[in-house]
Amino acid sequence: MFNIISLISGLLFGFGLALSGMVSPGKVIGFLDLTGNWDPSLAFVMGGGVLVTVITFRFILKRPVPLFGREFRLPTKTDLDKYLISGAVLFGLGWGLGGLCPGPALSSLAYGNPKIIVFVGAMVAGIVIAKVLTGTFRKAS
Amino acid sequence: MENFTPYSSLIGGIILGIASTLLLMAGRIAGISGILSNLIPPQSGDALWRVLFIVGLIAGAVAYPIFGGDMAFLNVNPYQLSDNAHYTLLVIAGLLVGGGTYVGAGCTSGHGICGLGRLSLRSLTAVLIFMAVAVVTVFIMRSVVGG
Repeated sequence: MFNIISLISGLLFGFGLALSGMVSPGKVIGFLDLTGNWDPSLAFVMGGGVLVTVITFRFILKRPVPLFGREFRLPTKTDLDKYLISGAVLFGLGWGLGGLCPGPALSSLAYGNPKIIVFVGAMVAGIVIAKVLTGTFRKAS
Repeated sequence: MENFTPYSSLIGGIILGIASTLLLMAGRIAGISGILSNLIPPQSGDALWRVLFIVGLIAGAVAYPIFGGDMAFLNVNPYQLSDNAHYTLLVIAGLLVGGGTYVGAGCTSGHGICGLGRLSLRSLTAVLIFMAVAVVTVFIMRSVVGG
């Protein structure tokens, strides 16, 4: 059941990214271009998403165990450390350059554009480099 | 504001919220960078749900035009760069997005939609920082290359 729920969640997520316009780097750059021809649409994407999660998450997390799984796996860190800050800076820089964040980049593989494939390849390489540099790379098990 | 799409963006965002709700009901956070980075390399017993989520992510995007969605808005090269320059930019951007989201423990989905939904101070901080940096980056790119 757990795996099927994950597949359905992914399907909805991919459909939502396409419908919302997040899969278009032009739309993303238009949203970030505050001083240019600003397109505020993507504020409605995060607004709509958070509107749902801020209501539903509190009820779901009241249960001791999840309905469709064995345990909740949630982030445990609470401090604003240098990794959080520097990672967000690097991500913001890359997002502004390419107009792609991880979800839309992966789901856009659907449209077969070689540029998206190159971006996703570089993104995977970036994860590997970051894991090696931070000493957190674990071999396949 | 000729490209303003408040309704499709709002409905799309609500669907992202519902998808994240469903995955949390299975105990997991719908943070795409985390779902991907924990697959590199795959760890036994923890890989299948991640692969299935990503398969769904791609299939959902395939389904959108099949169900009548208009893809005319898709613009991969907003700075109108030459192919060579654009490929170079995308490699740099991809390295930064992959490395940055791993080090910063989240992206637009994990920190944005899920983290803000959990009222996490770490996520709010990350969202404000990556949004601000992205806005400044776009401003500089527009000043340098136009488009």
